[in-house]
Amino acid sequence: MQLILEKRAERSKTVALASPLIAIGLTIVTMTILFMVLGKNPISALYVYFIVPLADGYSLQEIAVKATPLVMIAIGLSLCYLANAWNIGAEGQFLMGAVAGSWIAVKTQGTGAGHWVLPAMLLLGALAGALYALIPAICKVRFGASEILTSLMLVYVVDLLLDYLVRGPWRDPQGFNFPTTAEFDPVATVPTLIEGGRLHLGSILALVVVAAGAVLLGKTIKGFEIRVVGAAPRAARFGGFNANQLILLTFAISGALSGLAGIIEVAGPVGHLQPGISPGYGFTAIIVAFLGRLNPIGILIAGLFLALTFIGGEQAQITMKIPLDVTKVFQGILLFYVLACDSLILYRFRIVSSSPQVARGAH
Amino acid sequence: MRDTTSAAPHTSATPLLQTVGLTKRYGSFLANDKIDLDVWPQQIHALLGENGAGKSTLVKAIYGLVQPSDGGLRWEGQTMVLSGPSQARARGIGMVFQHFSLFENLTVAENVALGLDGKESFKEMSARLQQVSRSYGLPLDPKREVWQLSVGERQRIEIVRALMQNPKFLILDEPTAVLTPQEADQLFVVLERLKSEGRAILYISHKLEEVRRLCDTATILRGGKKVSTCNPKAETAASLARMMVGTEIKQVKPAASREITVPRLVINDLNLEPEDPHGVHLRDISMELRGGEILGIAGVAGNGQDELFAALSGERLARDPGTIVIEGIAAGHLSISRRRKLGAAFVPEERLGHGTAPRMRLSENALLTGHAAGNMVQHGFVNTAATLNAVDRATETFDVRKAKRDPEAASLSGGNLQKFIVGREILRNPAVLVVSQPTWGVDAGAAAVIRQALLDLAAAGAAVLVTSQDLDELIEISDRIAVMFHGRLSASLPTAEASREKLGLLMGGSSLETKEQAHAADT
Ligand SMILES: Nc1ncnc2c1ncn2[C@@H]1O[C@H](COP(=O)(O)OP(=O)(O)OP(=O)(O)O)[C@@H](O)[C@H]1O
Ligand SMILES: [Mg+2]
Repeated sequence: MQLILEKRAERSKTVALASPLIAIGLTIVTMTILFMVLGKNPISALYVYFIVPLADGYSLQEIAVKATPLVMIAIGLSLCYLANAWNIGAEGQFLMGAVAGSWIAVKTQGTGAGHWVLPAMLLLGALAGALYALIPAICKVRFGASEILTSLMLVYVVDLLLDYLVRGPWRDPQGFNFPTTAEFDPVATVPTLIEGGRLHLGSILALVVVAAGAVLLGKTIKGFEIRVVGAAPRAARFGGFNANQLILLTFAISGALSGLAGIIEVAGPVGHLQPGISPGYGFTAIIVAFLGRLNPIGILIAGLFLALTFIGGEQAQITMKIPLDVTKVFQGILLFYVLACDSLILYRFRIVSSSPQVARGAH
Repeated sequence: MRDTTSAAPHTSATPLLQTVGLTKRYGSFLANDKIDLDVWPQQIHALLGENGAGKSTLVKAIYGLVQPSDGGLRWEGQTMVLSGPSQARARGIGMVFQHFSLFENLTVAENVALGLDGKESFKEMSARLQQVSRSYGLPLDPKREVWQLSVGERQRIEIVRALMQNPKFLILDEPTAVLTPQEADQLFVVLERLKSEGRAILYISHKLEEVRRLCDTATILRGGKKVSTCNPKAETAASLARMMVGTEIKQVKPAASREITVPRLVINDLNLEPEDPHGVHLRDISMELRGGEILGIAGVAGNGQDELFAALSGERLARDPGTIVIEGIAAGHLSISRRRKLGAAFVPEERLGHGTAPRMRLSENALLTGHAAGNMVQHGFVNTAATLNAVDRATETFDVRKAKRDPEAASLSGGNLQKFIVGREILRNPAVLVVSQPTWGVDAGAAAVIRQALLDLAAAGAAVLVTSQDLDELIEISDRIAVMFHGRLSASLPTAEASREKLGLLMGGSSLETKEQAHAADT
């Protein structure tokens, strides 16, 4: 007996819809086993992970806050992936946006600058993210360098840059030597939506980005170009669409959205620049993009779901002493299953007997 | 059960393969409607029908690629359920697809190895490959890489790969569509031989003359239903066609007189080195095509036709703008969209993946070439109504048969997709149309419609450049014919003077000049 992967004659629509759900189901089964190995009660662990955060208003706000950068970044990434351009370095673009936007905040600190500060920070953050993303894109288009490697490597460069800045030139003199800038002025801070709450304007922006992504992909010629160039490169060339231009464009958009998410995170929930502003949003967003089937609405739902795992993970650490790294394990397993289930849309498993001569001989 | 191992196959009293009320539904659309078919050992059985009649669907069901919605299969009298092609192969069913599935950068032997289920070592397999190919007179060098091979040789790989499984039943889906007449003749010898060995062959083709020559029985499908089973040798091509279509096929009639106007497409001394190492170098190509004219380009595939198409369409840019002139404007450096805006339209040879994005809807595929000019895009937004309208017009004018209004391109039958692509371009009213293999895999009736449309386009003043493997087609519609050989284009001959012999010589690479000079000296 032998297990083989066989191409399906027709692409299965049901599996296409069910695939993310199957992936989530398999992940939960795996997590159950993992919790048991860790010596934790899996039922209560899963309860803490997935149900408790939904039960109180504070956690719900927190989910939206965490989902904001995830969704923004993932929308940009989905454009790249649809166009067959593999931007893995959104984390770096996120940090670059955070650093560049913070520059304005740091320089205007205490100068009594007006309300232009925050918009300028957002713009500069987006611009810096876009430019940073264009480095791997240009290397790809110009020299054929693998964008997967170059975009990933640039994450570590900006990570160190940020570290240097907050330990050196931008360090808060009153900060007891902690590696952080001073708390941003109110004009350099993203306003919250509810008095005393955590929900901030960035979440509204994320919804606008989702809507814009849906319109771009569904209604415009540019969105069509992006989809064709990924789905049928030769037909795209015949259609007159320039694959290289689209790589540059999707990387730029994706970098801009990541950078924007980065500066919003710093100027919003965090309030100052410091190392560790991102629990790996740029990487988790890759999972969000695929779990959401590279579809804007799907991404919105997937973003909320993964945000839930962040909050649930924190809860589990507090109440059950489950290490926070388990959340990362969870996300990794989820990506694995999402990709595996996706291949089931086009392929199926079949068990064949090892002798090829099943048909011969008298029955 | 009957003792099938000792009985000689041709004396068997049951058909080798039967489809019993076989039905395949796509949504509410019936691609196959209760089809009963018996194929006996030692029989070459033709499967005929218009584009979209359901031929490919039926054979895919027999090969386990499509699951029947109703009815089923019998193999040597026993009910057979297939959940995939490997099960069909295990029973002794082989299939050669119309579109090859070969890896260009692998060798012949490696390609064959990838398609076999057995467990023999690579060396044993290579040896057996050589032995099988030699014994059937289908010579193949196992060590050659596929990109070096002609279409005919590539098909040979597919056939040998199928034969190496020692099939009792072989399916061939339009095997001669891409072959030269000589290659087709070679194939027929092999098929006769397979038949004499007691195997059964199910043979799909739109070329009715070859069916009459080769096949013992013909089953005719129309609109998913079986309309009759007959002896093709007792029929004429016209009567077969009538059964397929249900009515008489219209004859193509050229307009009485066409006005030859200004040069619309000019090539000036085009030289272009190939983009990839497997391509052909275009050398010293010049020609002039005026409005109202149809120029045919003949030649064995792989002599630079693809490269010429890419250069004309703008998928490859020429360094010197003046080498290609469209509507009086130097266009060698212009993108394909700019050339479309100048009034040019293009139909490539490969319909899936080049002419269309297979997994996208027809309306999106209308947008693919329609976005440059016209009203499909307004301020960057797609006008969906306009793209759907383009689909409806092509559907109506060229009788494109499909399961719903706007399906994915890949779900159309081969011939119907071809009609859509040709229609999509012709309905844009181009001033210049460059078309490759316009009727590739298209049934006789639809081929006549497409050829008529090309003639009408020329009559309306457009310049039409047709590349085709089918000499009869070129002779039927062209005013002049030129031949491509090793990246060069011969001077064109008026069709009246372009005998098959002359064209054959040119296609083989000999030059006509000596003959022509002798001819001139005579007169
Ligand atoms: N996957 C699919 N989904 C929906 N409709 C389909 C699908 N595959 C085939 N069809 C429809 O079934 C019909 C029969 O298709 P089929 O490919 O069997 O035709 P055919 O007789 O082989 O034609 P041709 O000579 O053009 O190759 C077509 O109208 C096609 O649109
Ligand atoms: Mg077919």
